Amino acid sequence: MTDAARPHQTFNWLADIPEYHGLWSWVSSIDHKQIGIMYILSALGFFLAGLTLALIMRIQLMVPMNHFVSQDAYNQIFTMHGTTMVFLVGMPLLFGFAVYLTPLMIGARDMAFPRLNAMGFWIFFFGALLLYFSFVGGGAPAAGWFSYAPLTEKGFLSNPGIDYWALSLLVMGIGSVATGINLITTVLTLRAPGMSLQRVPLFVWMILTTGILVALSLPALNAAIVMILFDRLLNTHFFSPAHGGSAILWQNYFWFFGHPEVYILILPGFGVVTEVIPVFSRKTLYGASFMAASTVAIGFLSFGVWMHHMFTTGLGFWTLYIFALSSLLIAVPTGVKVWTWLATMWGGSLRFTTAMLFATAFIIQFTIGGLSGVIQAVIPLDWQLTDSYFIVAHIHYVLLGGMLFAMISGIYYWYPKVTGRMLSERIGKWHFWLMVLGFNGTFLVMHLLGAFGMPRRVWTYPYGMPMVSAMNFFSTLSAFVLAFSIGLFFWNMAYSFIKGKIAGDNPWDAWTLEWACSSPPPPENFDRLPPVRSRRPLWDLTHPPEDSGRKPGGQL
Amino acid sequence: MDLSSAQFTSIFNFATEQGRTLVDLLYLNLWICLGFLVTVAGLLIFGIIKYRHRPGDGEPDQTEGSTTLEIIWTAIPLVIFLYLGWLTFSVMGIVYPPAGKRQPDITVIGHQFWWEYRYPKSGVVTANELYLPLGSDLMLEIRGADVIHSFWVPGFGQKMDAIPGHPNNLFLKPIREGLFLGQCAEYCGSQHSLMRIMANVVSPKEFEAWTKSQAKVPAPPTDKTALHGRELFMSRTCIQCHSIAGTCATAQVAPDLTHIADRKTIGAGVIANNLENLTEWIMDPQQFKPGSLMPNMRLTKSEAHDIAFYLENLK
Repeated sequence: MTDAARPHQTFNWLADIPEYHGLWSWVSSIDHKQIGIMYILSALGFFLAGLTLALIMRIQLMVPMNHFVSQDAYNQIFTMHGTTMVFLVGMPLLFGFAVYLTPLMIGARDMAFPRLNAMGFWIFFFGALLLYFSFVGGGAPAAGWFSYAPLTEKGFLSNPGIDYWALSLLVMGIGSVATGINLITTVLTLRAPGMSLQRVPLFVWMILTTGILVALSLPALNAAIVMILFDRLLNTHFFSPAHGGSAILWQNYFWFFGHPEVYILILPGFGVVTEVIPVFSRKTLYGASFMAASTVAIGFLSFGVWMHHMFTTGLGFWTLYIFALSSLLIAVPTGVKVWTWLATMWGGSLRFTTAMLFATAFIIQFTIGGLSGVIQAVIPLDWQLTDSYFIVAHIHYVLLGGMLFAMISGIYYWYPKVTGRMLSERIGKWHFWLMVLGFNGTFLVMHLLGAFGMPRRVWTYPYGMPMVSAMNFFSTLSAFVLAFSIGLFFWNMAYSFIKGKIAGDNPWDAWTLEWACSSPPPPENFDRLPPVRSRRPLWDLTHPPEDSGRKPGGQL
Repeated sequence: MDLSSAQFTSIFNFATEQGRTLVDLLYLNLWICLGFLVTVAGLLIFGIIKYRHRPGDGEPDQTEGSTTLEIIWTAIPLVIFLYLGWLTFSVMGIVYPPAGKRQPDITVIGHQFWWEYRYPKSGVVTANELYLPLGSDLMLEIRGADVIHSFWVPGFGQKMDAIPGHPNNLFLKPIREGLFLGQCAEYCGSQHSLMRIMANVVSPKEFEAWTKSQAKVPAPPTDKTALHGRELFMSRTCIQCHSIAGTCATAQVAPDLTHIADRKTIGAGVIANNLENLTEWIMDPQQFKPGSLMPNMRLTKSEAHDIAFYLENLK
């Protein structure tokens, strides 16, 4: 069925493609696939760094009054863990997926601005290195990934850590805005003939929304970072209340970026799950138009909820209350997505490959994370639970149990397309079950730790709190199970690259355009495209709508 | 430090009217969320069992969706969430009433890395260990001296940020006696984790006695060691930061030491307050609380001992 789309010369292994041989071909590349792979590999590399930092924290918190690391080292470690996971893992991972898959899914040759794409990656890469250079360049930042003023003022933290943090995020922020604009342009201008916006895969819908969120929210962070650099380097006082500045101003800037950022990270994950679940349920997506519309609704609303990170700042009844309503409201389109995934599986013929297992666990874990968010949206409860370990649990259920599980599902799903080899399903299933166990063991108890009065970002806790000690101990043990499962995952990716089964063009019998070209796709992507008459062009090739008597897929 | 006399720290073990209101709301919200979770998980597990691929299965029906069903599953959560919005509104009105022109009963000031408590009505100033009378409607004013802190005693209900340049209010009506523990909840720098709050709820009578004893100026020392200690305290740099009522030490940078002998802990709950610990603390505070803003004054052991002896007699 893919004959029409097959280029003249095909390869079945990424390492065989002559255009991709040698370091220079990667460094100088403007091929969206190479850039996407480099994004994902860097993200996975930094993930190992962030995971190591997390394990150090968990060892420190294993027993009360522990001295595994010093208080100051711990503060640097949690700051670097948060910054790494959000900016050096989450962002490049989603950009990697986005720039690799978007052109293939819409039948394009490359991104709209290939050189801008390469710039986005390299600026990210060197920005990330700049952040890590701080460890040897005078001390890592120690104000948390949120870097609340006025702690970030020179008078409180005089080592250069915050300067590294600010410069590196500024550099990466500029690259992200460029990539966001590139993604928007690509989706709007380079779609294959016949592929109206109603017919693009839902993943591409999510990427389009993410691109818009990136382009509109990151400038707020970039502007605030310039102000903090001015404060520290030029002695201005934007954020210094002692000199007439405002501490809360920073929080407004930061969360105006920071809340859309959460959706920037999770929307591509939604997109992955929305591609994986229909394929392994052998059904078209249920309620696709509601899915697309709820994505846009989330995009809009995400700019109106930032102050729910600031409920305890005492900004006045009505100011806060409006944000409680908008935060409750954003749960509605998010809920629509959960129902849609469930309804897609309902009545299907479910095949539990590793990709599908991760997508299934994602639904439950993301629901838990979403519901603990609903608890937080009710302001009086936020007043009680915010800045406690309850929030640590919440953010990890959303970003690790949600976003990362979705992205790993995506890696199991698209690894054959990218490399030409299948990942081992046997190792994959071990990886899945250990990761579910380790993840939930580590973070489920943290909800309770918060209720038992353990604040976030604490280096240690006193003796004589039996529940707190026991749960921290359990959480640390589970964290090692989680880390071990990640080890299996990396082993699977490395081992399967050499020894994996040859994948073929369309091993999952999927129906979006990227499966129409060979695995791995040749540098020029498509020779000829199949006609696009619905959201599932490859399905249509074997299921002509007039024969089946069913409604054609893909009407919005 | 001995915390054994403290009440079990938990948001469910409430000590104030406000804490009770929040826990009631939390239970209701938890039930609603559990309802959602059980629905999603139940449907998913049922679906997995029923629709798992079995050999010989044909291709499933390609259902596109049902507008009615989709509207229903959008509308039902919307109604439930709006109901939660209404609860938010009503509970906020109860636990966070407008302050109007009301003067605070206690001003709480967060410092790096300790808490200052000022009782404007009696003029009492103390640190880290808070005393509250049972059954009174109290309004606390929460301020930040340097960076942002957050005053959180889980048993009291809500927390409130201590933001420099932006005073906030917190309302408490204690309903149970006992020692309730809390700590700073907003990351504030190197000693964030050792910035504890020890809040004692006592009967109104005890509170009155405590206020009276705190408001009086301690008697000047007569003992030779204490006199030497006082001389050292006043002649070294101690008075640049600390104050003791009735003496020339009036600085307000560090904890007020007027009645330090009445406190159970040193360094915002780091170690127990006794002569031996205080001597060690004065010699090198950093060994107990690295990052504390109190420097090592390079005193000899006997100098430190005499100062500690003087301080331990300030009752």
